Amino acid sequence: MLEVRHINKSFGGIMAVYDCSLNVEKGSITGLIGPNGAGKTTLFNVITGHYKPDRGEIFFQGHDISGLPPNKIFQKKIYRTFQITREFAQMTVLENLMLMPEAQTGEKIWNTWFRPGSVRRQEGEIEKKALEVLEFVELVDLKDEYAGSLSGGQKKLLELARSMMAEPEMVLLDEPGAGVNPTLMGKLTNNIRKLRDEKKITFLLIEHDMDLVMSLCDPVIVMSEGRKLAEGPPETIQKDERVLEAYLGGQYR
Amino acid sequence: MEIGGIIAYLVSLAIAAGIYAIFCMGLNIQWGYTGLFNIGIAGFFCIGAYTTAMITTPAPTGVYAKYVHQLFGFNMPFIFGLLGAAVICGIVAFLIGIPTLKLGEDYLAIATLGIAETFRLVFNNEKWLANGARGLTGLPQPLQKLLEDWFDLAPRYYNYIYLIIVIIIMVLIYMLIERAIRSPWGRVLRAVREDEVSAAMSGKDIFRFKMQSLVFGAMVMGVGGALFAHYTKAISPGMFTPLYGTFIIWVMLIAGGSGNNKGAILGAYVIWTVWIGTQLLTNLLPYTLKARGPYIRFLVIGVLLEVILIWRPQGLLGEEKKVSTMRDKDST
Repeated sequence: MLEVRHINKSFGGIMAVYDCSLNVEKGSITGLIGPNGAGKTTLFNVITGHYKPDRGEIFFQGHDISGLPPNKIFQKKIYRTFQITREFAQMTVLENLMLMPEAQTGEKIWNTWFRPGSVRRQEGEIEKKALEVLEFVELVDLKDEYAGSLSGGQKKLLELARSMMAEPEMVLLDEPGAGVNPTLMGKLTNNIRKLRDEKKITFLLIEHDMDLVMSLCDPVIVMSEGRKLAEGPPETIQKDERVLEAYLGGQYR
Repeated sequence: MEIGGIIAYLVSLAIAAGIYAIFCMGLNIQWGYTGLFNIGIAGFFCIGAYTTAMITTPAPTGVYAKYVHQLFGFNMPFIFGLLGAAVICGIVAFLIGIPTLKLGEDYLAIATLGIAETFRLVFNNEKWLANGARGLTGLPQPLQKLLEDWFDLAPRYYNYIYLIIVIIIMVLIYMLIERAIRSPWGRVLRAVREDEVSAAMSGKDIFRFKMQSLVFGAMVMGVGGALFAHYTKAISPGMFTPLYGTFIIWVMLIAGGSGNNKGAILGAYVIWTVWIGTQLLTNLLPYTLKARGPYIRFLVIGVLLEVILIWRPQGLLGEEKKVSTMRDKDST
């Protein structure tokens, strides 16, 4: 589904991602783990068009997407969330969701003046869908609150809800579990699993919470020093010598 | 002052405030909804006024041409001046937007400020295009001749008619903006204002939306400039200073409520009334302080701005919580 080939990305003298290659299978929930500074988030930024790679290619469903701007990447049906949530704070939860659908009729200014009927109709449909999604993530009671006033965990759910509105084929989650309490966390993982099973969405997620990774992800990819170190089912990764060394520096063995 | 004089005074106040309300709504599109930091409103004010002047006045001929250095004049009706002002301002905004909108917001601020001053100084120094520092005079007033000929309307009552024209245009612009803002188009603008990166990640072409916002806002400002020019009937570069052309409009928008079109109009009327009111008050000052009157007025407006920012940062009418209201009633 997603193929990363020999990607390089450096900032000044620091090679954040170095000759990184990896594959994500369709319909999988792939975990991406690694020590701090391994280049996981940078790789996400390169995949989603936030940074241009210095070298290498990225293929999504057979198409070369390397170097496309973020809005074009979105149009290829890839959506990402951020480590620190980036909701539209001064807009309501409902409007945060209603923004997402692509190429809405009413996004063209003249349509709002000359074709109000079809804009209205589409807005009704989008709102209905947004309410369904809010129902799914159990945020419907908060629909008219400012997104900025939600708790950290609720914002993570909002991000997931937004990704559902976008109807993506693949979602990249950057630490979906960070700062989320166990109850909400259970909800979050259930939702991710449900989305994979029902909507056939492929997930690639960065996470430091090993319990979450081991219970949710298969396979798990380990990154270290800007490249892929190991890949496999969670059980094997847990026992992999190289992975332990990367995390613990080797001296604890 | 007899009662008729007071009413005439109020009418002229309402006209000026109405024109400022139009500028305020233009700025509200750019700043209130999109977060574009335009501090060169005076530039669009100036371009709008000069465009309509060149379109609606005839080119000077005969002896007159020796004294008035006006390059051309089309002698066309008011409405063409209005539309022309909007179009030219839109084009200017587009050209400013190309290099600056891809950069951070500070660059747009610097560029708009610089360009506004450049326009003013060019018009002040040229002697071939629009009569330099002496400016242009004799702008026609819409319907004036018609009303005089057919209804014997005395010129001193003309301002009532002009007030109606300003209000009609103001309401029309208000409706156009409201419709656009309450639709998905406005929703994308607000998303860009809140978080550009996230908006781009949500598939929106942010450059395009910022450009549309800048151009639309500038066109509205152009209409304001044109209305102002036809109200004063004479324009000169000295009118388009940053104080009257930019600063006071920002104060109006912040006071009224950034992100609310009703607030933009209310702010224009409130601040303009205060501004005019302080003029009356400074007349009451003791003789020794009178010469400092204008500066005391700036001080009052500045202090007022501070008070608003501290006590009511969202303005008199803040942004509404539910903005996207354009949808079928039965589906909600």
